[in-house]
Amino acid sequence: MDYDVIIVGGGVVGCAIARELSRYRLNLLLLDKEHDVARGASGRNSGVVHSGVQVPPGSLKAKLNIAGSKQFPKLCRELGVPWRRVGKLIVAQHKSELAKLTQMLGTGKKSGIADLKLLDKPQLKQLEPHINGIAALYSQGEAIFSPYMLNIALAENAKQNGVHIKLNTRVVGIKRLENKFKLATDNGSYTSRYVVNSAGVWADKLAQMAGITGYRIYPCRGEYRVLDKACAKMINSMVYPVPVAGYGGLGIHLTPTIDGNILIGPSAEYVKGREDYRTTGPVLNKLYREALQLLPAIDRRDFIAAYAGIRSKLCRPGSSRFTDFMICEEPKLKGFINLVGIESPGLSAAPAIAKHVGKLIAKGLKLAPNPDFNPRRKVETRLDNLSGELVCRCEQVTRREVLAAINNPLGASSLSAIKYRCRAGMGRCQGGYCLPRIVDMLRETSNEEITFHGPGSHMFIGATKELLKCS
Amino acid sequence: MQLKRELMVIGGGPAGLAAAVAARRAGVRDILLIEREDCLGGILNQCIHNGFGREIFKESLTGPEYAQIFIEQVQLSDIECWTGTLVTELTAGKRIIAANSRGLHRICAQAVILSMGCRERTRAAVDIPGTRPAGIYTAGVAQNFINLRNLMPGKRFIILGSGDIGLIMARRLTLEGAEVLGVLEKLPYPGGLPRNITQCLEDFNIPLYLKHTVTDIHGKHRVSGVSIAKVGPRGGILPGTTRKLACDTLLLSVGLIPENELSKAAGIKLDRLTGGPLVDETGQTNIPGIYACGNVLHVYDIVDQLTKEAEAVGRAAACYIKAGQSQLPLLRVQAGSGIKYVVPQQISAPGKRLLSFRVDTPGQNKYIVIKSGRKIIKRQIKQRVNPPELIQLEVNLPELSPGNIIKVELK
Ligand SMILES: Cc1cc2nc3c(=O)[nH]c(=O)nc-3n(C[C@H](O)[C@H](O)[C@H](O)COP(=O)(O)OP(=O)(O)OC[C@H]3O[C@@H](n4cnc5c(N)ncnc54)[C@H](O)[C@@H]3O)c2cc1C
Repeated sequence: MDYDVIIVGGGVVGCAIARELSRYRLNLLLLDKEHDVARGASGRNSGVVHSGVQVPPGSLKAKLNIAGSKQFPKLCRELGVPWRRVGKLIVAQHKSELAKLTQMLGTGKKSGIADLKLLDKPQLKQLEPHINGIAALYSQGEAIFSPYMLNIALAENAKQNGVHIKLNTRVVGIKRLENKFKLATDNGSYTSRYVVNSAGVWADKLAQMAGITGYRIYPCRGEYRVLDKACAKMINSMVYPVPVAGYGGLGIHLTPTIDGNILIGPSAEYVKGREDYRTTGPVLNKLYREALQLLPAIDRRDFIAAYAGIRSKLCRPGSSRFTDFMICEEPKLKGFINLVGIESPGLSAAPAIAKHVGKLIAKGLKLAPNPDFNPRRKVETRLDNLSGELVCRCEQVTRREVLAAINNPLGASSLSAIKYRCRAGMGRCQGGYCLPRIVDMLRETSNEEITFHGPGSHMFIGATKELLKCS
Repeated sequence: MQLKRELMVIGGGPAGLAAAVAARRAGVRDILLIEREDCLGGILNQCIHNGFGREIFKESLTGPEYAQIFIEQVQLSDIECWTGTLVTELTAGKRIIAANSRGLHRICAQAVILSMGCRERTRAAVDIPGTRPAGIYTAGVAQNFINLRNLMPGKRFIILGSGDIGLIMARRLTLEGAEVLGVLEKLPYPGGLPRNITQCLEDFNIPLYLKHTVTDIHGKHRVSGVSIAKVGPRGGILPGTTRKLACDTLLLSVGLIPENELSKAAGIKLDRLTGGPLVDETGQTNIPGIYACGNVLHVYDIVDQLTKEAEAVGRAAACYIKAGQSQLPLLRVQAGSGIKYVVPQQISAPGKRLLSFRVDTPGQNKYIVIKSGRKIIKRQIKQRVNPPELIQLEVNLPELSPGNIIKVELK
């Protein structure tokens, strides 16, 4: 069967596009090389809906960011993804940083962000009694959400609306046939009229497979630490330092998560490996030190986890040049749509990116509305569930919720797939309590090998006495 | 609907079992014991090695055997037990919310005994950088999989931390045919009991690397190895000592944390040194009628000691229920130089009082000095002191002068 569109990459961008296109009567396929969606940048970030204060006005990035962030309340409501406005503070700690705050206020106003204001020290203290600082720029509209939940929800809703989703399928070659593309993968080959390249940090390589060589992505790692929920009351808003020119990110900041933790990070460091998700000693120490400057009340004992994500940067190491999102149908390769360099605020922009790509495709394909399109994802509300046997004590996840995660619509089966859907194992004991229970539940439902995060990550080598038998 | 009980015991491990039975024997009729697992016995159920009960029963029992004795006592004394039930909330007014397959339950009691035990510290607590592959287990979770669920987590192990669970697991893994490349300890002395060093490591030729730690974890999908390095006198990594070891599993035995989230939310004050509630000699916390015993209070090394003290707490709770009140603390007890922590942290009534404490480093021919204010009330020489071994000393306090501080020091 020929597809109308194949989307390569099940990150938030690919899944948002898939769901957007499922509004129309199209044959759609989404491919991802991993065993689940949200395994790339979209599952490893700060989870902030940026309003666009920090992006140069007039750029495509600014346009899509501002438009995308405005769609969040509705989108999250439709998909049952928690989202909350908490506001963002950019906090000056020295007099020398005050000018920068005023300058950012100006940029933000120019971009049309209305709810920006400068706070003096007493106002800052009133809002954030635990934060160190002398003044701040306050952007009330900014929100937080669960990025992997949004990614998963978009994929599930897309599937519910008819999109075929194939996981564990890596595109390895792209051929242009007369009026269509043939994608070779490690799991069959597929043909389509349009290809959307939303391969994240691999997008330049995927473009190369199709013969387009002009792009180059520089992977830039950001490490995080996660604070226990017990610290939730220490901050109310997101707290950023004043950005330093030349630093690859927005500076190490404190972000409350929608689930009640606090994230410290991310760092910014160019790395060779595009999936080198290591955390490193020096950076973890630096995160702690810099976070203490903003929030002296942090206690080392409250760290419960650390992780890293990789940014898809288009500017080379050492350069602080602004680079815009590259989103276009390749003039030399009609039907091939590239999305390259979708770094922050890629999440915030994703809903608008999807609409933008929809318009590009509408130029070549007739888009007839899909009469069965349902924008709502079916989710059970937490309150109905809370009574019942609790499998994960830290995050208070019930057996029913874990079962729902095990039987997820995408068929992703691993402990991580379960964790990202119901949060079992994300709490302070990091699975010490729930892991054996979830393993029991998995063994009750299937004979499949139990993995941590898909093929190669087996949790067990066999039954207890097996090693004695072979020797 | 709200249920009412005289006494509620939260946690059905050895501490909760002993406390419940003792309270019943002291005349409390209406007791509810709540346990989150499907069976009583707590962590002992997965401790299938022997060595339990030497003090109380004068024989060496396995964990499940030891637990069974108390489970039977609970059953014989007709104590109501809810297993498979997790308490999710406790208030200062001694009301709880508990969840199980039948739904949510609200229960209030005249007295509550906390015996929730402890949990294991994780990778984040010891800050090991590196990748996040499969094959990183805490020792207790691995023990659970091997002993209770017939699942083998790996073949070639490195164990970080020489606490007792790590040592016991080194032996268990070897017995099950796995290879234990070594047990690493960042301190200059082991964290577990001397008998476990002999019986679990030396008898099986498992190397113990003191002053060593894991500095990195390798492997994308499954652990492929770890980097280890020597630790300098001030705790830092000694440059040039890092080397890589190939293994498929890293076992973490890096300490236990008393499980006090419920206590904290109820407003119970905790001791930063133990991680457990601040209690007086009866086990009473700062909230009258709420008591704590067992590993939720501080981490014991021998279950027999824990059982005896939990029984005393059960009796104290019974007195409280009868009298409807209890005495308030008059004195504070503090850990002085050389002492890691002391329990109880407060004294409410005069008499002979047992103090339990640990030293912070090993030593020989040391004096333990207990002072009341400036006055030395007890002095005892110890040929050997060792942090893994809990020291217990009785002091006689015929009268208490309020506000006085009792201090335990090592000289
Ligand atoms: C540290 C960090 C913090 C961030 N914080 C924020 C924030 O707070 N707010 C915000 O708006 N944005 C943030 N971002 C940016 C945001 O996360 C990204 O812009 C967004 O997630 C990119 O989504 P994506 O779908 O393009 O990429 P990804 O999520 O990386 O998805 C790409 C997918 O393509 C798949 N793939 C790649 N190659 C192939 C192939 N050959 N065959 C099949 N599948 C393939 C991958 O497996 C992956 O699933 C942050 C990014 C990072 C790294």
